[in-house]
Amino acid sequence: MQIYERFIQGDRRALARAITLAENGAPEATALIRDVFGRTGRAHVIGVTGPPGAGKSTLVDRLAVALRARGRTVAIVAVDPSSPFSGGAILGDRIRMQHSLADPGIFMRSLASRGHLGGLSLATADVVLLLDAFGFDVILVETVGAGQSEVEIMGLAHTTLVVLVPGLGDDIQAIKAGILEIGDVFAVNKADREGADRTVTEIEMMLDLGHVGEPGMNRWPQDARVPAAAGYQGLERLDPRGHHADLHALPEGVARGPAAATGLMTAAMRHTAARHGLPAPGAISWRPPVVRTVARDDRGTEELVDRLLEHLAFLRESGRWDARLRLDAEARLRELVSLYATRAVLGRASESGDLERLAGAVAAREVDPYTAAETLLSRHLGEPPG
Amino acid sequence: MDRKIRVLVAKLGLDAHDRGAKVIARAYRDAGFEVIYTGLYQRPEQVAEAAIQEDVDVVAISSLAGAHNTLIPELIRHLREQGADDVLVLAGGVIPEDDIPFLKEQGVAGIFGPGSDLDEIIEFTRQNVRRV
Repeated sequence: MQIYERFIQGDRRALARAITLAENGAPEATALIRDVFGRTGRAHVIGVTGPPGAGKSTLVDRLAVALRARGRTVAIVAVDPSSPFSGGAILGDRIRMQHSLADPGIFMRSLASRGHLGGLSLATADVVLLLDAFGFDVILVETVGAGQSEVEIMGLAHTTLVVLVPGLGDDIQAIKAGILEIGDVFAVNKADREGADRTVTEIEMMLDLGHVGEPGMNRWPQDARVPAAAGYQGLERLDPRGHHADLHALPEGVARGPAAATGLMTAAMRHTAARHGLPAPGAISWRPPVVRTVARDDRGTEELVDRLLEHLAFLRESGRWDARLRLDAEARLRELVSLYATRAVLGRASESGDLERLAGAVAAREVDPYTAAETLLSRHLGEPPG
Repeated sequence: MDRKIRVLVAKLGLDAHDRGAKVIARAYRDAGFEVIYTGLYQRPEQVAEAAIQEDVDVVAISSLAGAHNTLIPELIRHLREQGADDVLVLAGGVIPEDDIPFLKEQGVAGIFGPGSDLDEIIEFTRQNVRRV
């Protein structure tokens, strides 16, 4: 029987094999995704990220069990790093997931990053699509242990859970500009340890300052249509020259304390939003909650699940879920078009010998690379590959 | 297409000694394989289920507690029941000579006792992986 039929009938071996094909970049995987794409777009994708050793796997284990108890079907994807030397990997997340894996309803797959940076593997987005099409209600995606810049998960997950632990001390400051910005929900795990209160306070303080307006939209910082999202950086992008006077006063405001700074930021954002004909910031907003957990003892899990599901409700009620589907679709289309166009042009240019000829001409300084590239494009940008 | 050999390294039953399992996991990693390590105290049906979800080519069982004649055939039965009969099953650890014919008859493709050469195990695995 074909993999498609078995997949549609709910055969878990077919799902597992489909994931392997996607990981290996096999054409069969692309064909399957074409066929099942209509079934996707329903699952709530929750990304779980944080530094190595924070307890991500143990927390995912507890979350999966708790979500199952609330009647959801659950799949888990966990990414671990591949060796930069051998290309091999040891994927050990199952060791920490014994509670959830005792439940035959939970499907769990370990992925190696295979040299991809950013916290995920290249195939993770396709793997999530396959799990979505298979019918899981919730897909928990655990990243590799993340530092400052492994923020790719925010483009894949609807809800990003950032897991931290007490004792990172000044590291909180250090990672402030990285993964701390992408959290829709925060967990301070190992909260029975000394310093948990301080860690919670530090995160809350960071949220007070850095997430004025609509932090839940933080995940789309590149898109000018969602202004309130990106706080100060978003303002700069939207309004590079005409900063509102309130923003100029910001350094002074910060000196006067968080409340003053918040007021100035909000005023500046409202001003910018109005200029661009966008909804006022703060109209419906999401303040990332901070939850204390002790995953080893299953403490705090229920509260954390409440917060994650509230974020899903927030996305749906505020219209962000639908907006997100459109933005994702556009991003994916841009990515594929540029991939196909590149392949087509370079394929034909290389076949006809044009590529080699023009490269020679550029090397001999007979033509500049810009003109050469334009020549290649105008000659070979025809029909897309079959 | 980037094809990686995936290996599940597992310990079955009440067997707490996983140093050998870790050594072999590491050797497979260094040979460029993707290794899923499931940890201790696994039941045969759990290991079979993990092998299916992870879509592995190989299940390598490390046994040092003497229950191999019961647990390994049980694992193979679960794999076959679920249609995963193309998975290569290997065993290592402390397995007496006398038990080897029985285990091979049950479907264990290779058995590697103490002092086995790691390169040999890796080469055997590469040569005997069944899936294309």
